[in-house]
Amino acid sequence: MTKVTMTVNGKAVSAEVEGRTLLSAFLREGLGLTGTHVGCDTSQCGACVVHVDGKAVKSCTMFAADADGAQVKTIEGMNNPDGSLSVVQQAFQDHHGLQCGFCTPGMVMSSAALLAENPKPTEAEIRHYLEGNICRCTGYHNIVKAVLAASGQDAAALAAE
Amino acid sequence: MHNFDFVKPATIADAVKALSAEGAQALSGGQTLTPTMKQRLAAPSLLVSLTGIAEMKGVCMGDDGLSVGAATTHATVAKEAAAHYPALAALAGGIGDPAVRNRGTIGGSIANNDPAACYPAGVLGSGATVVTNRRRIAADDYFQGMFSTALEEGEIVTGVTFPVPEKAAYVKFNQPASRFALTGVFVAKFKDGVRVAVTGASNNGVFRWAEAEKALSSNFAASAVEGLTVSADDMIGDLHGTPAYRANLVKVLTKRAVAAAQ
Repeated sequence: MTKVTMTVNGKAVSAEVEGRTLLSAFLREGLGLTGTHVGCDTSQCGACVVHVDGKAVKSCTMFAADADGAQVKTIEGMNNPDGSLSVVQQAFQDHHGLQCGFCTPGMVMSSAALLAENPKPTEAEIRHYLEGNICRCTGYHNIVKAVLAASGQDAAALAAE
Repeated sequence: MHNFDFVKPATIADAVKALSAEGAQALSGGQTLTPTMKQRLAAPSLLVSLTGIAEMKGVCMGDDGLSVGAATTHATVAKEAAAHYPALAALAGGIGDPAVRNRGTIGGSIANNDPAACYPAGVLGSGATVVTNRRRIAADDYFQGMFSTALEEGEIVTGVTFPVPEKAAYVKFNQPASRFALTGVFVAKFKDGVRVAVTGASNNGVFRWAEAEKALSSNFAASAVEGLTVSADDMIGDLHGTPAYRANLVKVLTKRAVAAAQ
């Protein structure tokens, strides 16, 4: 067992973990933060994306012990301090950027990471950046719209497909 | 996956010491090793994380070229190498997806030497030098076939030094599900000649296409390789492409890389 200490959504947490404990498992089973979803468990689908020290990573492909000392942010930490939805989350709701919702936590985390790097991405840049996040319902169209809207751009200009 | 102990040393010396234990395995970004362990294709008893070693991180331009620390992520190379070696930065920025690029490292990639990975083509195509905790290894001697390298027991890659060519480009044909190279070609034009390295195509892993190097060294134009043919013997054949398909891609992508080189 290894002792890990990290900050998750602004709160310090500390626990004994097995070497093989994945960050995704630590968040879900250790901390009860089940908003981070595990879809494929093979780092293809992106449902498990969280931010580690501000960078989007696939938490199913990182060991909890390797996140020792890190600042981790999950979907549960994305809302505004007053509890209202963040701009990205609100845009996903407004533009119906989801159907079943399973991929949504990862989509929101990746989209927020994109906007932090590139505040006004083009449609092509959004689609390219989200290539590691797989949605089996939406055809991505409304997700792209939501990200455009969250960046303050005119989502209505995106032609219907 | 089977359980293991985990340590994260802060220096190369401590990492090497930890790796001398029975069943120890180095872990860099873990974007290949973790899935491999989940499938129980690897079951080390101790993982030694190399990502906490500050002296193995970063990109820096020096007299002998661009040095990249082995634990530098693809995302960092994509950003920080752009001003010095744009073709290498573009290669790093095209690996996997953004989340994979935030974890995966150059040292991990070339220590694993996946036959479809991008970095081996960039390292071999540049004629780079692989630096380890023991020695410096020329790229031509380092890659020794699929998943095989010159690394010895207890030896870890600590960095790679790239001579910067006059012009270079990497073009890959994506395997759309994995985003590995179905075939990828790195072309680099130096003052004294051209190097062409191919990944994703051969059963023997990354290789140099000598005939194209010769033709391009006397005439650096896509048309120079038009008359050449690539043998399909020893090319990878799978559900994504036959050996003949990959052999054809080698030539097509070489032409595209020459046209794109800057």
